[in-house]
Order: sequence, then structure tokens, then C-alpha cells
Amino acid sequence: MPSPSLIESKGFVLLTAFTFFPEGPNAYLKYHLFFISHFYLCSSEYPDLRQHNNCMASNLTPAIYAKLCDKTTPNGYTLDQAIQTGVDNPGHPFIKTVGMVAGDEESYEVFADLLDPIIKERHNGYDPCVMKHPTDLDSSKIHSGQFDDRYVLSSRVRTGRSIRGLSLPPACTRAERREVERVVVDALAGLKGDLTGRYYSLTQMTEKEQQQLIDDHFLFDKPVSPLLTCAGMARDWPDARGIWHNNEKTFLIWINEEDHTRVISMEKGGNMKRVFDRFCRGLKEVERLIQERGWEFMWNERLGYILTCPSNLGTGLRAGVHVKLPLLSKDPRFSKILDNLRLQKRGTGGVDTAAVGGVFDISNLDRLGQSEVQLVQTVVDGVNYLIECEKRLERGQDIKVPPPIKQFK
Amino acid sequence: MPFGNTHNNFKLNYKVEEEYPDLSKHNNHMAKVLTKELYGKLRDKQTSSGYTLDDVIQTGIDNPGHPFIMTVGCVAGDEESYEVFKDLLDPVISDRHGGYKPTDKHKTDLNFENLKGGDDLDPNYVLSSRVRTGRSIKGYTLPPHNSRGERRAIEKLSIEALTSLEGEFKGKYYPLKSMTDAEQEQLINDHFLFDKPVSPLLTCAGMARDWPDGRGIWHNDDKTFLVWVNEEDHLRVISMQKGGNMREVFRRFCVGLQKIEEIFKKHNHGFMWNEHLGYILTCPSNLGTGLRGGVHVKLPKLSTHAKFEEILTRLRLQKRGTGGVDTASVGGVFDISNADRLGSSEVEQVQLVVDGVKLMVEMEKKLEKGEAIDSMIPAQK
Repeated sequence: MPSPSLIESKGFVLLTAFTFFPEGPNAYLKYHLFFISHFYLCSSEYPDLRQHNNCMASNLTPAIYAKLCDKTTPNGYTLDQAIQTGVDNPGHPFIKTVGMVAGDEESYEVFADLLDPIIKERHNGYDPCVMKHPTDLDSSKIHSGQFDDRYVLSSRVRTGRSIRGLSLPPACTRAERREVERVVVDALAGLKGDLTGRYYSLTQMTEKEQQQLIDDHFLFDKPVSPLLTCAGMARDWPDARGIWHNNEKTFLIWINEEDHTRVISMEKGGNMKRVFDRFCRGLKEVERLIQERGWEFMWNERLGYILTCPSNLGTGLRAGVHVKLPLLSKDPRFSKILDNLRLQKRGTGGVDTAAVGGVFDISNLDRLGQSEVQLVQTVVDGVNYLIECEKRLERGQDIKVPPPIKQFK
Repeated sequence: MPFGNTHNNFKLNYKVEEEYPDLSKHNNHMAKVLTKELYGKLRDKQTSSGYTLDDVIQTGIDNPGHPFIMTVGCVAGDEESYEVFKDLLDPVISDRHGGYKPTDKHKTDLNFENLKGGDDLDPNYVLSSRVRTGRSIKGYTLPPHNSRGERRAIEKLSIEALTSLEGEFKGKYYPLKSMTDAEQEQLINDHFLFDKPVSPLLTCAGMARDWPDGRGIWHNDDKTFLVWVNEEDHLRVISMQKGGNMREVFRRFCVGLQKIEEIFKKHNHGFMWNEHLGYILTCPSNLGTGLRGGVHVKLPKLSTHAKFEEILTRLRLQKRGTGGVDTASVGGVFDISNADRLGSSEVEQVQLVVDGVKLMVEMEKKLEKGEAIDSMIPAQK
């Protein structure tokens, strides 16, 4: 029932109307402000981003904030919640974090005015307004996917999947999180053959099980990174979190960590083709099993697979190897070679760790705008090239910096 | 803005059992009081600023607690929280504040002249004296819930109020986000600077959002009266000085507080207070006076006496290390302060500190002379 009321503020008389939003949970949002007064009130809420260096801070403007600040997704997620992690974590002068998350699938639509430019910046020019993202999980297309085991110690492919209809980790309620767990664990119980496995709930695992999972390097911890905690992803820990893996320990799924699910296929040695085969097979089988029960993954042709962090849109895929490159890594052209091959290096502890003993984690840079097959082939071709360089350097021969490969195919 | 739980109505689509938190490993006041039935009763409610039950209890869910220390496990997002969620907060308050009933009335007494003595604590033993409390500004929501705009308005009002003070209260405001390196260094050396909260008890309740926006420190030129703006509460007010003249510390505390309150009242934003809960603060443990009056005192012999804990309990005092809560004592120096907050007045609580510390110093002196102190052990106050 609208009823006008007059509020004086800094000399501006603001005419407000009380508007009832059936889904609107927050009384603050129920005050719908008209006229230019809207802009001035929003400006008192505008975050101070002068010390900030993240994608959100680079793309947010007072005008965008004013336009979006009183919008909510159907579940009630707001702009302030989406950007809170970027406000609380100014970033690092060298590492540019994203600074914004999605609370649900609709966030990417409702807050598109901010998320689209962020996505374009983060994904090296992919324009979600005009481009389409290709999905291709046909692993038979991969060629030359068996690396030299003398150099490649292990191979791994990971991605994430979200269950359509349930909110994402920054916003989900306990009931939703438990439903994600139920839906996924139920589906995984239907996996057969080499994918047969078991679920270990974080709240119920025994100490022995916990130790085994730690020894296998499978156990994930409660997030401590403020990038995640400030986005609300650690709430209610460890309720409805868990780890599933197959008996052979080559196919692993994390439930309700940073995404609804993280899916990992891995094995020792250099058989990336087999790792990717299993990855695709497993993913498709899980998808079939949840569809049987009336569920599906969040996906659209503009953004591909929908995940919590905009950096993981598209394929959400990181395919990588641990590879010994002691000579090449000391060559001054190493970084340029990686850049041109569209690869990135990390230490063997994962992101932000240093390499040990000349062993590097090498993986694809891109996530969005190319398909899974394309990205894995890029890694395969790239790693083969790096190994060739290493061998040449071993023989005292010179190496060439390859021409940059095209980014969007 | 509620932190992480805006879609309360949406949650109601799920059954109580599906949303009810797992508190089986928990040991805090909230977990002891909450039941499925109570959760079901309160979960569709919200205050007029939109604060919900899940917002109140999130910190207690995320921090199961410690087997020895009993944390509160819930916070208020605004003044109304204590009304709307009274079915949960009243029993929590009762547990935390020695059986305080929903019908009890809290007495406020900031008349420093009612304090007897307190100016003669032996400075050879009492190294420093300090009184602190918190104040919340009516018309704004509290740190777990407030928006950037509200926090800035609180800061603006606080600066206006504090910079208008004169005489012994003349001072300066240092906003956290624009202080110079030199100013920061000085504030650290003075032990005035507060840090961004790292304790998950606070961060899980959303109190560190937007740091350091809207946060700052004000102190008088004499460095004896200090106000923290927008840390765990809207205002934390501290009066302190070296030595044992608690009376003077309390005088300055009361006078300063009342001057500040007058200015806020003039702007139609007085302090949150009611006759049942006294001063309203973020954490239920700080209701009533919100006052912690204490000293740093050398008690190397008494602190190792078998009856030390019992003496403290009887005197209604608590000990902490000189780094504050949860720190260890160094060199036999303890932080001794009042244990109570709600149900007795400021004067009464500081009186307990003054009388109790005086007695303990006398006990220490006796122990130094090798004499027994059994006859001095007081009855339960």
C-alpha cells in the first residue's frame, strides 16, 4: 500500500513512496526513491575504492551503482552483497583479483551492467553482449595427448558445476546447501565401473578417513582467504560440505566449497588424453544422472557454465600438468613463450606458490570463449612444445619463441 | 544491509528442519538456548531494518566455541533486535548476566561523586587505571548490519560532537583511512590504534565490512580520553591514565560521556538506552553499563596464592593478562576489572573495582611480609 512520506536530507527534500515487494525481504529496499534524489542518496552509500585494484573497482561507477543499488535477484541477492568481497579486499598492486561474485544464476543478468565489463576485462576481451561461448566435451578430438613421462609428473583437469535452481555459495541458505549435497551425492551413487566411488561428508568423516584424505591430498579446508570469507562462502562450515572420490582415486568431486561442485580428474604421469577422457565421461554421466532426477546444470550460451566467480565462467576449466623444466624456466624467454602459448605457470602448491626443483604447474590461461576441447588441446600442444624446448636446451640447441596463438577461435 | 541473509522470505519455502543449523558441536550461549521450535517461531520475523534471526545467530553457528570459554554466539543488528528476538535473547542475557530476568530493571548512575574513595590506590602496585564503555547512536543500525552510508553518518555526527568539546576534552579525530604514517606511528606508540578485527567472532557477524571506511580514533590533547568510532560498536569511550587515581579516571569518564551525550541529543540522535537493558550495544555481553573499569596491578604473590581465583569471584572481579582479553599476565602484572555489566550501575561496578583492588594490594603487602591473609578473605559480594 503506497503511502508517501517526506524525508529531509541535507537540504534535499526526498519524496519517497513505500512500495511493497512480495519477494523483497529487506525493508531498506522497500523505499523506492524517485527523481535525482535517488542518485544523491546512493552516493552516500558508494564505496570508497581509491585504494583498490580489482576488476570490480575498475569498472564500477557512481552511475552504475545508482542504477543497480536497489535491484535484487528473485532470491533477494543485492549489488552490495555481490561487491562486498571487492570492497573488503582492495587487492594487490601486481595481482588483479575479480572483486565480485554471483549469489545465484540471475545475478549475471540483474547486475549485467557491472558484470559484463568485468567479464570482458577478465577474459581478455570476450564480450558477453555479442559473443557466444562454445561447449565441447568430446574428448576423442584430442590428439598427441600423451606426454613424455620423463618430464610430466602428473596431469589434471578441473572444472566446476552449479545446480540450476539453487543459490550459489555466497548466498545459499543452509537448506539449499544441503539440497545441493543431496542432489549431487545421490547422482554420484549411480556412477559405475572405474567411476564407482564413495562420499565423505565433512561433518561425519572419521579421523581415519580424514587422515587418508589428507595423505591423498584430497581434503579441502575451511576457506581462510578473505577473498572467499568476505563473500560469505564459509558460512555454516562444515555443514553440507564433503568430498567424493572414485575407488581408483582418479576422479574427485568437492561439494559446496567455493562452488556447488568442483570436478577433478587426475593421475600420475603424462596421459592427459586419458585424464580428459575420464573427465568428460564422468561429467556427462553425472549430468545424465541429475537430469534423471529432474535437475540440470546452470549453463547458457552467452556465459557457458555459470559459477560463483566470474573468472570461472565458460568452461571453468583448468587443465594442467606438473612438468620438469629446470633449464627452460631459467631462460629469459620463458614467460614470453608461455604468454604466446596462452599458458600460465604456478608453483606446485597451486596458485600463488613457488616452483620447487624446477617443477612447474603449467595450465591454460583462458576459460571463456573457447571450448573444453580447444583449451585442452592448447595445453597439450603447449606442453609438448615446452618439453621440446627443454630437450633442445639439454642438447645445447637453441629454442624459438612461438608466434602468439589466436585467442578466440 | 544484512550480511548474507537478505532472502529471508525465500527461506520460508523450506521446512524448519531443513534450515535449522547443526549445533551438535557447539558450546556458546546461543547454542544452549536455541531449539528447533524457537527457530521455527522466530525465523519469519525481521526488524524494520530487515535484520533476521539467521543474521543474529550466524556468528554463533560459524564459531562453535571453546570447551572452556563460553562465548555469546549472537549479536544485535539494531535496537529493535532485542525486542523482536527477545525469545532467544532474553534467555541468553539471563545466562550471561547471572540470572537477569526479562522483568528486571537496570540502574544507570554516572554521577561520579557517588563513588567513595578511589583516589588512593597505591601507585607502587597499581600501574594504570582505565574505564571503558560503549554507546550506540539512536536511529542507526549497529555494526553487524549498518550500511556504508549509515556508518559514515555516524562518523560525521561523532566528529561534530567530539571536536566541539573544550577544556580538558579538547582533542582531534584521526580517520583510519586518511591518517598519515607519522600519525599512525604515534597512535600505535600510545597504544590507541585499533586494528581491523581478525577474530572470526566479529568477522562472521559482518562487523569488518568496508574496513576502514567510516572508522577512526579521537583523543584529547592530554591523551587521557579516547573514543573509537565504528569498531565493534558505534562508539567505544575510554578514560585512562597512569597510576592509581581511579576516582579521577571515573570523573573524567562520566563528565566526558555526559558532554558527548548532550551533543548527540541536540542532533536528535541520543544514545540507545532503555530501563530494562540499560545501554544497548552490539553484543549482549555488553548490555547494561557496557562498563569495564580496571587497573593494571602488580600482584606477583597474591596471584600464585591458592585462593586467588576465589577471592576474585567473591569480589565480583575478573583477571586478564595485560594484553587484554585472552592474554597471559607478564611479570605478575594483571588486568583486574569488574565482571558484571547488567543489573548494577556504573558507580556500583567501579566501586567494586576500587574496593576490591585496594583489598588485594593490602593482601599482597601482607604476603610480602610473610603473613597470612586468610582473615582478610571477603564474603561473596
